[in-house]
Amino acid sequence: MPALKHPQILLASDLAGGEVVFLGAEGWERDHARARVARSEDEAAALESFGKAEIAGNKVVDVYLADVEVGVDGVPTPLHYREKMRLKGPSVRPDLGKQAKGGAHDRS
Amino acid sequence: MTAHDPGLARPNAPTTTYRYDEFDAVFVRERVAEFREQVRRRLEGSLTEDEFRPFRLMNGLYLQLHAYMLRVAIPYGTLTARQMRRLADIADKYDRGYGHFTTRQNLQYNWPKLVDTPDILESLAGVEMHAIQTSGNCIRNVTADHFSGVAPDEIEDPRPTAEFLRQWSSAHPEFSFLPRKFKIAVTGADHDRAAIMVHDIGLRILKSDAGEIGYQVVVGGGLGRTPFVGKVIRDYVSRDDLLAYLEAIMRVYNRFGRRDNKFKARIKILVHEKGIDEVRAAVEAEFAAMDRSVFSFDPAEFERIAAFFTPPPYEALPAESAKLRTQGVEHPAFGNFLDMNVSPHRVPGYAIVTVSLKPIGGIPGDATSQQMRLLADASERFGFGELRVSHEQNIILPHVKQDELLDLWKLLDGAGLATANAGLVSDIISCPGLDYCSLATARSIPIAQAISKRFSDLSRQRRIGKLGIKISGCINACGHHHVGAIGILGLEKKGQESYQITLGGDPTFSASIGEILGPGVSAEQVPDVIEHIVDFYLAERREGETFIETWRRIGHARFKDVLRREGEDGADI
Repeated sequence: MPALKHPQILLASDLAGGEVVFLGAEGWERDHARARVARSEDEAAALESFGKAEIAGNKVVDVYLADVEVGVDGVPTPLHYREKMRLKGPSVRPDLGKQAKGGAHDRS
Repeated sequence: MTAHDPGLARPNAPTTTYRYDEFDAVFVRERVAEFREQVRRRLEGSLTEDEFRPFRLMNGLYLQLHAYMLRVAIPYGTLTARQMRRLADIADKYDRGYGHFTTRQNLQYNWPKLVDTPDILESLAGVEMHAIQTSGNCIRNVTADHFSGVAPDEIEDPRPTAEFLRQWSSAHPEFSFLPRKFKIAVTGADHDRAAIMVHDIGLRILKSDAGEIGYQVVVGGGLGRTPFVGKVIRDYVSRDDLLAYLEAIMRVYNRFGRRDNKFKARIKILVHEKGIDEVRAAVEAEFAAMDRSVFSFDPAEFERIAAFFTPPPYEALPAESAKLRTQGVEHPAFGNFLDMNVSPHRVPGYAIVTVSLKPIGGIPGDATSQQMRLLADASERFGFGELRVSHEQNIILPHVKQDELLDLWKLLDGAGLATANAGLVSDIISCPGLDYCSLATARSIPIAQAISKRFSDLSRQRRIGKLGIKISGCINACGHHHVGAIGILGLEKKGQESYQITLGGDPTFSASIGEILGPGVSAEQVPDVIEHIVDFYLAERREGETFIETWRRIGHARFKDVLRREGEDGADI
């Protein structure tokens, strides 16, 4: 099972609402902290495979893997600034997006 | 009876904007119902995303970085107060209480849900608006001079022509699947405020020696990854021949435009690769061979459309308000507003007001729902209920009595809408960039904010004079950076946001594409670089010279040299 150069998580957009979601242990999560982390090529392939099935199941769109680093707290953080933006929301409107609510669970 | 039978036109239509007839209203309602059904089928799973995507794009719905985005068409940038209020209501009910006015005179909502979009479109249809053809490979919203109908330098109001073209191009079966998107802009004035030279087709209304109205036709302009200034394909096309001639251009493009590579599919590439002479010959051959009778000009129909744009009932007033000058002295901030944001009007005693959506440090083009409602109120109280959106991402009140400018200014000032910076260095055009856009490679709004703050002193801005800074967050150039006197392009370089700066762009009849200044710089460095450029311009300019005039006179190399020297002196540029 070859290890990945960087761990990866699976991102998508919720079909009905458009919000960014992350594949977790029990399905799609709005908080990246709950994302399942793939550390090997096989694990990444499994995430991708699940994502494709979810596209076919009309739950999500725009599914892709993103490289992350995992902190000491176990929370994955994307390496690229584009995905870092997607975790939070617009940098010029801290009152909007996931960052506005002190966590991504609250979807008001 | 034609599809637009004058007898079907609604009574009590306002005098200054086009109103739907029954044909238009039914068409838009049917499209809403059609899209509602498509969304339902998508959500239940009988349409895949690949099948659904073209439908949602045809209705202006994108999927962006954080959410869906809905782009609402504002034909030739003209809005009624009622429409502006509806845009505000939609922002509150379905979005996050604001909207973003774009460089194509449209409005974008950044947070709609797919499930709500049919209701939003239905709400728009209720005020004769839609999002049709604001995306996809079709003829997009036809744009026009935001001073249409009121500019003193105008030969003819371009909006009847733009509306004529909107009706011709809406759901045109032959041009719904073009090689790429297609943008048309129209101006009827001696000064180009519609950037017609950088559109796929630019139309300039002219008067022939015989006194007949016609059009100079420019083709193959565009920005994006391969910018070109358009070329004149015909010096003069009579109004009788306009639709047929444009149809001929579209047919040639549809037939010969490249479909093998989306980056080479715009008509500008066809014009560049074949040359304007070969394209002109093909268009003229098509024009000569085609059955032009179906496109023959219908004067009655044109007049029907033009009648919607008849001037409002202006009062007979002195050319200049007696009290205006005194008021400007008594209220210096108002005086600044008069100097920068108030333009001459063709009717004595009236003025055109530019409401800047560029407060110092603000987000260019954004307006809250409260501001939209205030602007709607202001337009009714001071300007016959009409508003315009400029491609510079500002709002125009086109018919304000000079005597009422002070009262209007007080109203705007109370809502943070009286920044006296129209055309100045802080009146920055900016695309949404990576703060919202899934195509972006870097953020653009924070760059605009940082520059705006650096030049926050309005008196300093006025000493600098008119200077257009335009920022794009990717090579697609929605922020028009190629035609900024100072252009800024956000790119990714080694995993970091990097900004390439160009000088010498010009969006007017004397159009030019900016030239690259040097290697990209970091976001933090951009304000310093801009300040060095501006300081050098101030040191070099002759009296009355604009930035672009100085740049053209002394040459790009001088600007490059000074920046290089500044870098060697330790400025790290």
